[in-house]
Amino acid sequence: MRPEFEIIQKCIRPGSRVLDLGCGDGSLLHYLKNTKQIHEIGLEIDADNIEKSIFNGINVIQQDLDRGLDNFQSDSFDTVLLAQTLQALSNPAELVDDMLRIGRNGIITFPNFGNWKSRLYLFTRGRMPVSKFMPHQWYDTPNIHFCTVKDFDALCREKNITVLTRTVVDSQHQGSWAMKAWPNFLGEIAIYHLTKRSGDQV
Amino acid sequence: MSVSNPTDSVGLVTPQSYHFDEPLNLRSGKVLSAYDLMVETYGTLNGEKSNAILVCHALSGDHHAAGYHSAADKKPGWWDACIGPGKAIDTDLFFVVSLNNLGGCAGSTGPASINPKTETFYGPDFPVVTVRDWVQSQLRLMDRLGIEKWAAVIGGSLGGMQVLRWAISYPQRLGHAISIAAAPKLSAQNIAFNEVARHSITSDPSFHAGHYLRNNTYPKQGLMLARMVGHITYLSDSAMRAKFGKTVTDFGATGNNFGRDLRTGKLSFGLNVDFQVESYLHYQGERFSENFDANTYLLMTKALDYFDPSVDYEGDLAKAFANSGCKFLLISFSTDWRFPPERSREIVNALLKAGKEVSYLEIKADQGHDAFLLPVPRYICALATYLKRVHQELAAHAS
Repeated sequence: MRPEFEIIQKCIRPGSRVLDLGCGDGSLLHYLKNTKQIHEIGLEIDADNIEKSIFNGINVIQQDLDRGLDNFQSDSFDTVLLAQTLQALSNPAELVDDMLRIGRNGIITFPNFGNWKSRLYLFTRGRMPVSKFMPHQWYDTPNIHFCTVKDFDALCREKNITVLTRTVVDSQHQGSWAMKAWPNFLGEIAIYHLTKRSGDQV
Repeated sequence: MSVSNPTDSVGLVTPQSYHFDEPLNLRSGKVLSAYDLMVETYGTLNGEKSNAILVCHALSGDHHAAGYHSAADKKPGWWDACIGPGKAIDTDLFFVVSLNNLGGCAGSTGPASINPKTETFYGPDFPVVTVRDWVQSQLRLMDRLGIEKWAAVIGGSLGGMQVLRWAISYPQRLGHAISIAAAPKLSAQNIAFNEVARHSITSDPSFHAGHYLRNNTYPKQGLMLARMVGHITYLSDSAMRAKFGKTVTDFGATGNNFGRDLRTGKLSFGLNVDFQVESYLHYQGERFSENFDANTYLLMTKALDYFDPSVDYEGDLAKAFANSGCKFLLISFSTDWRFPPERSREIVNALLKAGKEVSYLEIKADQGHDAFLLPVPRYICALATYLKRVHQELAAHAS
């Protein structure tokens, strides 16, 4: 995950307030605390991850993202993060709205289902793609809302979300000129920096 | 466990009484001109006096939180599960301060103490003390001990409310506020249970309008009943089923008899104690009534009922925390129906609204409200991990 952290930290302002939705073991926030001196809160549901987050010295709140974020005030954070969690949410569109209400900007990373490997897998085998990167069978996967880069671009347009930056990389977090040219076909992971604010409100 | 096996126990401890002459202005408008606080400490205060932790007790607790008073003691202090060398509140790292609150009956000035003005028991004339008053008296103890800032203030239930009050009243005097199984204020149901407890005491013929000690008696029945009803609210339905449902029934081998274990193996078809749960409650009530002062019980339940730090802030708890400079850890338990997880989340949400640094855990535990006193593994681990971080911060700060 380290390379992804490096891409994310470029979008984080030093000393800013950062909310991480599904913070896992807290290592991303821990990294941002050390590199950007952020004031952090992580939300997490898994008991082991919560304890690891405490061990990592980050503020962590046990909260189920699927039950909404009504308890967070609008504009109470600079940046809201959603790293590799979008596809596991029961109502991703609503959560994206909430993210960009709570934070002046948001960063979302997700696996791109439009990648040529997924397409080839489905095309040749006629079954839901299973890989080292996405190892679950359709019936036991936590990833219930896969999307492609094109799908997500459409959602942003529908919701009048401004895409500040879009980075597309492979599973090793390496980019290339070809991936920039054909992101939906070649990219494996998409990293979006988004906002609904304008000008210096971002 | 006994004193002969003290590896993770603080061992034998001796409480110490501190006298305070400076009058204490109480929330009620009354003044306590002088008072004593009974205190126990565990561990060693470091040179910078930065490693002190204050432990606040709940309704029926006192200063004796850990260790033993004598080799003959059968039971250690009330929070021995958490306080000791290598335990969650590690006395190898921290200097732990625990006191009996004002109005208590374990050595601090309270209704069973002698009023110097009348030279007889305070009894019902002891002023009603609030959580705010307790915290004010704890601040004086802190100053007396020469401690500038608590590394953490920790408490469960009514103790957790004192923790919140610390963060509001003296926001710069603590580094971490750890409030466990607490609530921002009592609900009508909570107050209702307290009123049943109070009424059972005050309606006991031996109560004598609170002057029972002058009459060489005490409202044993009332106190028993108060404790019995209270005790039910500390346990969960599932905890009671498990505790009193050990017998396999005649009807099947599943072993689940809904906690209906019989005391003697058969029903009496009379008004006798038939079920184990009845006998248990009688025993708990009896034991409690022998060791606790009825007027103190009345005061403690009133302190609970009156607790609502938002009243000074237009009912907005977030505003109450506006000046708090500490970090917060809130913990709740899934089957606690006295102060359920929702109540802790109210506190968490107010802290988020106030922009504070807060962590929150909801522990799956069957034991109900009582879980905060018990060695529930995930709870103890999380608390231990958190406090290790607190200690690392102190060490980093010192270097």
